Amino acid sequence: MFYNVPRLQYRDTGGRIIFNMKIRYLSTGNEACGEGAVRAGCNFYAGYPITPQNELTAYMARRMAEEKRIFIQSESEISAINMVFGASAAGERAFTTSSSPGISLKQEGISYMAGCELPGVIVNVMRGGPGLGNISPSQSDYFQATKGGGHGDYRLIVLAPASVQEMFDFTYEAFPLADKYRNPVMILSDGMLGQMMEPLEFDENIQPSGIIDKPWAMRGAKGRQPQSIKSLFLKEGALEELNKKFQEKYEKIKENEIRSEKYKCEDADIIIVAYGTMGRIARACIDSLRKENIKAGLFRPITLWPYPHGELQELGRKKIKFFVTEMNMGQMLEDVKLAVQDDSRVFFYGRAGGGIPEEGEIIKRIKKIKSK
Amino acid sequence: MAKKKNTIKIDKERCKGCSLCIGICPQGVLGLSDEVNKKGHRYVVVKHPEKCTRCGLCFIMCPDCSIEIPGEE
Amino acid sequence: MKKNFTKPQSMKDVPTHYCPGCGHGLIHRLLCEVIDELGVRESTIAVAPVGCAVLAYDYWDFDTLEAAHGRTPAVATGIKRVLPDRLVFTYQGDGDLAAIGTAEIIHAGNRGENISVIFVNNGVYGMTGGQMAPTTLLGQVTSTTPNAREAKTEGFPIKITEMMAALSGVTYLERTSVSSPKEIMKTKKAIKKSFQTQLEGKGFSMVEVLSPCPTYWGLTPIKSMERIEREVVKEYPLGAIKG
Repeated sequence: MFYNVPRLQYRDTGGRIIFNMKIRYLSTGNEACGEGAVRAGCNFYAGYPITPQNELTAYMARRMAEEKRIFIQSESEISAINMVFGASAAGERAFTTSSSPGISLKQEGISYMAGCELPGVIVNVMRGGPGLGNISPSQSDYFQATKGGGHGDYRLIVLAPASVQEMFDFTYEAFPLADKYRNPVMILSDGMLGQMMEPLEFDENIQPSGIIDKPWAMRGAKGRQPQSIKSLFLKEGALEELNKKFQEKYEKIKENEIRSEKYKCEDADIIIVAYGTMGRIARACIDSLRKENIKAGLFRPITLWPYPHGELQELGRKKIKFFVTEMNMGQMLEDVKLAVQDDSRVFFYGRAGGGIPEEGEIIKRIKKIKSK
Repeated sequence: MAKKKNTIKIDKERCKGCSLCIGICPQGVLGLSDEVNKKGHRYVVVKHPEKCTRCGLCFIMCPDCSIEIPGEE
Repeated sequence: MKKNFTKPQSMKDVPTHYCPGCGHGLIHRLLCEVIDELGVRESTIAVAPVGCAVLAYDYWDFDTLEAAHGRTPAVATGIKRVLPDRLVFTYQGDGDLAAIGTAEIIHAGNRGENISVIFVNNGVYGMTGGQMAPTTLLGQVTSTTPNAREAKTEGFPIKITEMMAALSGVTYLERTSVSSPKEIMKTKKAIKKSFQTQLEGKGFSMVEVLSPCPTYWGLTPIKSMERIEREVVKEYPLGAIKG
């Protein structure tokens, strides 16, 4: 059976190897993310160009056409999220991608999706901010993603990939996750992950997973009573009840979906807490520090919401130190402090506006903390 | 011509007394009641059923589907 | 005459919250009559706006989705693209379509999305207390133009329908009103033509309906209809603008 293997948009390295039905090829994070969505059965994409995720939009344009699915370059990011809102309400797996300023524009639509309990996947390939900022990588939308962004008491499930492979895997998993809980899911990436190239592997015959019936969808009232999807509830007490129902859902998500990764934490007396690109850099730091007999470990949150407070709290009871490093001025830092409950043991090093905390600087600072 | 039956049915609780039907009726069949409904609107009543020609203009002008003109038997 | 003048089947038997003499009730009934006549109730998906008609889903007996303010054409695009055989229409007021949603309506038209748009133009923002709309006439007093609308500071009444005629993706545009039975029947005919345009896959269509707002015009319902005929049509002439 001829199978149309996706190749890189601009750089066909010819590095495609098929081994045991798995395709292995070289891909950017942005394109891996797009392929993950296509393989997850995404049927509708709307997006607007913005650096550093333009490769993703262009990749979707090509791949969705190849698969005879729907791609729209919308007139704005606002329009894109609302098109996704419509396609999701019609029962399809819908997808939009952008970067920081565009994600700001999408906040209203995201709140509406959460309020209407509509699934959908949104990717933020973060860049420097605030304002127009720059096009360099950053992690300065952590608050926006995990603490709200849009109005109202809602939560987004937020996944933080740290490699090209995870850009594929997490995007592929995001669609069934969104469907399962009828909630939007965000992939929080950054310009570095989006642009870097690494090996990517997946099963050639991978099928969309977690397909469920959507009896609530807007598909026309044939064979049933007409229904509506809305987020306006004016009747006294109705919106409060709905919010309580949402909170129950969020508790369930917290019980079942928290993900994190530990690296050499068992005997560590200082633990670096970092996610995404910083998770990769931190891992390299751990290896270097261990060579110098410094017992460092890495705790890498994978779900930023629901955040693994519990595991961190568990580690925190050991009276060890925590070193938080982010590409921002201290956002996830607050969640770590909340978990550890002892600010004197939590240290921070961050850079914003495209600055990336480097291995050498992190190691230097950890050594200084250890020497005190 | 013999006196016609009252052919127009007006749902007095739906009627908001906007009077568009009164204004459009070419025969002057309709008028406002002296009483109010539960919402406090003076509702429309059929004052001169014998003048009604079933032209349907009142139905067309009514924004509330308060008027029904059933088919003739 | 044996005709049965009765509420259309696609309209729920629910008294509306609209003010006495409001045009929404009329336009709702007309589009429901058309849906009944075309026999498409079970394949209709409507997108309701933010504005006085935000509760339209309480009155329409077909699938209805509530959209964020102004985003209605984008939401309809999402639905129609994934369900191309359904009848998808938006129902929008002058704020939803001609203020916050200007980008969305122009681009849905420009892309030639195969949807129908019902644009209810009553020259004022009813739901929020009678503020100026982009379609408010010069010299009109509203809660945000207490000294009457002036071109110098508030600009001119915007003609979105005429603007959209310049877009190649747009197939059919007409402006009608509900000021008299004759005009009401023309509105119904235009809505039917718009829905048929969509069902035949012929592209984007929009019907702009001049509608009264007795409450914020400060006029009786009858006088409001007269105002449409006397004043509003001078600024917003009736008739087919394209197609």
